[in-house]
Amino acid sequence: MTEIADFFSMGGYALYVWGAFGVTAILMIAEPLLVRGRRKAILRRIARLIRINSEGKQ
Amino acid sequence: MSNRLINWFKYSSPASFYPLAGRMIPVFAWIAVVLVLIGLYMSFFVAPTDYKQGEGYRIIFIHVPAAWMSMFIYLVMALWSALGLTFNTRVSAMMTQALAPTGAMFTFLALWTGAFWGKPMWGTWWVWDARLTSELILLFLYLGYIALHAAIDDNRRADRAGAILLLVGVVNIPIIYYSVEWWNTLHQGSSVNFREGSRMSMIMLWTMLIMALGFWSYTIAIVLHRVRSIILERESGTNWVSQLSELQGAAR
Repeated sequence: MTEIADFFSMGGYALYVWGAFGVTAILMIAEPLLVRGRRKAILRRIARLIRINSEGKQ
Repeated sequence: MSNRLINWFKYSSPASFYPLAGRMIPVFAWIAVVLVLIGLYMSFFVAPTDYKQGEGYRIIFIHVPAAWMSMFIYLVMALWSALGLTFNTRVSAMMTQALAPTGAMFTFLALWTGAFWGKPMWGTWWVWDARLTSELILLFLYLGYIALHAAIDDNRRADRAGAILLLVGVVNIPIIYYSVEWWNTLHQGSSVNFREGSRMSMIMLWTMLIMALGFWSYTIAIVLHRVRSIILERESGTNWVSQLSELQGAAR
């Protein structure tokens, strides 16, 4: 257990090391999710437009 | 003669670039995941404790790659902009637009990780020194480009205005890079240098390079993913888009 605690304490620099790595990890995980959401939104919009157009022709 | 050369301009059309980008995304995404995991393992378990900065120096393994990416992405955007202005190719402007948010993110991360490194080592989160200030200006250039592009309704005009802003702002990149030599800064000089080579231990250098390559692949994958959405947004009325297979089942 003390080894794990030692690791996370980072020799007294825990706040700085984890503050830097943590925010980097959050942003680099959030960005792909946002990009995926953007793709889903535009695909849905185009599919809806196509459906509206085809219904209009009938 | 002409059919022995690859026709690069073929990929300047959104319709042929879109599927090519789609095939490249998983390749670079997996390379990024593997390299970043190796880089993280080396950052915490392989690289030795620094004799001066203890464990605190480990921030370098994300700080330097993020700072490199922040400058490199800007140069790539400027290059695409110059190509777009010269040849009037549509994909180049879309690539510029797709790169901007990721460039801004890495610039923010370079500043953020720098602040979290500066606080324990220099005793301050921030100082108006040449390196830090010019990097902050880089962040404003990215945000300025994004805001300018969003403010102009006509895409082609937005592309042109954005391109000019980016090309004028290029002057900031050498200022960032050489700031630690030109001015007396609190920021340390470069650890890796074209002329003198590296002043770090080999294992630290390798960790940083692997992380930088991971960030590179991450950027390629995410930008190709984003540019595909931008292509769809801009080309939504065209025939080739309406025939895409991924539209099946997308409507709800």
